[in-house]
Amino acid sequence: MRFFYHFGNYLTILQRVFRKPESGSLFREAFVRSCWDIGIGSVGIVAIVSLFTGMVTTVQTAYQLVAAYIPKSTIGAIVSDSSILELSPTIMTLVLAGKIGSNIASEIGTMKVSEQIDALEVMGVNSASFLILPKICAALIMIPLLVITSELLCVAGGMIVGDITGILTTDEFIQGARSTFAPFTFYFSMIKAFTYSFFIASVASYQGYIIQGGAREVGEASTKAVVYCCVIILLSDYVLAQLLL
Amino acid sequence: MIELIQVRKTFGNQEILKGISATFLPGKVNMIIGASGSGKSVLMKTMVGLIVPTSGEVLLSGQNFQLLDEDGRKEIREKIGMLFQGSALFSSMTVEENVILPLKMFSKSSKSEMLDRVNFVLDRVGLTGNNRKFPSEISGGMQKRVGIARAIVLNPSFLFCDEPNSGLDPLTSIKIDELIQEITQEYNITTVVNTHDMNSVMEIGDHILFAHQGEKCWEGNKSDILHSDNKTLNQFVFATQFLQEFKETRGKRI
Repeated sequence: MRFFYHFGNYLTILQRVFRKPESGSLFREAFVRSCWDIGIGSVGIVAIVSLFTGMVTTVQTAYQLVAAYIPKSTIGAIVSDSSILELSPTIMTLVLAGKIGSNIASEIGTMKVSEQIDALEVMGVNSASFLILPKICAALIMIPLLVITSELLCVAGGMIVGDITGILTTDEFIQGARSTFAPFTFYFSMIKAFTYSFFIASVASYQGYIIQGGAREVGEASTKAVVYCCVIILLSDYVLAQLLL
Repeated sequence: MIELIQVRKTFGNQEILKGISATFLPGKVNMIIGASGSGKSVLMKTMVGLIVPTSGEVLLSGQNFQLLDEDGRKEIREKIGMLFQGSALFSSMTVEENVILPLKMFSKSSKSEMLDRVNFVLDRVGLTGNNRKFPSEISGGMQKRVGIARAIVLNPSFLFCDEPNSGLDPLTSIKIDELIQEITQEYNITTVVNTHDMNSVMEIGDHILFAHQGEKCWEGNKSDILHSDNKTLNQFVFATQFLQEFKETRGKRI
């Protein structure tokens, strides 16, 4: 029953979110700030996680492919395909769900418990649209860009570590990556990125928006936001794979 | 003018407001007093439209907020200014950005006209030159002043103040009270103040409503309040040592 209550409430709040903003200039300001927080603020962690994921994938793939008749370029194919298909769009967005999701939920939750959202409502401002819409729009643009960055860094990390450790040369890596690359793999990763972006921003915002209480509840909402975002990402990962592959 | 007609509010099985009726006039500081849990905050949130009453009517200038369509509600809300207990300033915005926000939302004035208005209201509340400071960089009393400046920037017809003195020292409390009274009279605003601070009541209360366990227990002005024979009201009013002494003196006189 609680699930249906929250699902209905989530849809009702989304209905309020997708309304024309009262002030275009304030929306633009909030949108740019959200793009900065979500996008630029996450570049560091995306870079570190992606590089290391690519590096580890190369080393572990090489460890498992011990047969002499398997060309070394296969490692490049496996690393690039798995980076584009799963590691960057799914694993990276799980990391981003932790960072961005908790940030959004705690920001909106703190505004709720300190009556800032009430203040907006009393002013006649649609607080749901004012606070959540810029975050959803920013996430829909910045998270796919972060995923593309992650894909490039993941492949680059794998390629560099392969060359440095002598597992395979850069040419072999590129040859393998090009041999199996299909544009649909990239499109599919973008479909995933857009889907997850929407869920991360909207579910985390919802968790913050419905808070009642104080600091403890803000912490709980932040944790719930991350957990729910991760579960939804994994569920939709399976559904999208089943539907589109 | 604000009219409350038999306003009731129930949360689950608990009846918080039990049919409160009252009229609050413009140009007067109307105070709602009562112990914690008496339903003051729920009543105020019902008046500003944040809580929908279970039954009864809240009329703002004769208009029932609940019966209006979205545009009508928005029009009424633009006439409402509210000072929250914790000021409710946007922590990521400067003082100027906080005060200019309602103007950006609803005013069609140019940016320079908006800034002039912001500077005027900041000057009016005694905060000239603090435009660039963030809420975290100013004192609690100054935050309340910014809250008042934000509440009056759109020239509201109704000003609601939820416990404006909470967390403030006595001197700053008096200044905030005086500011509320001056603004009310200057702009002929219908002001409603929620408080349990008897000093405020005796300083600026033109019309006082005493709420007890969700009911209107007593209504009158500040001179009536000290001479009332309402037992529940007396228990609340004479709880402080200072007023207890007044009560004893009053008893001797009688």
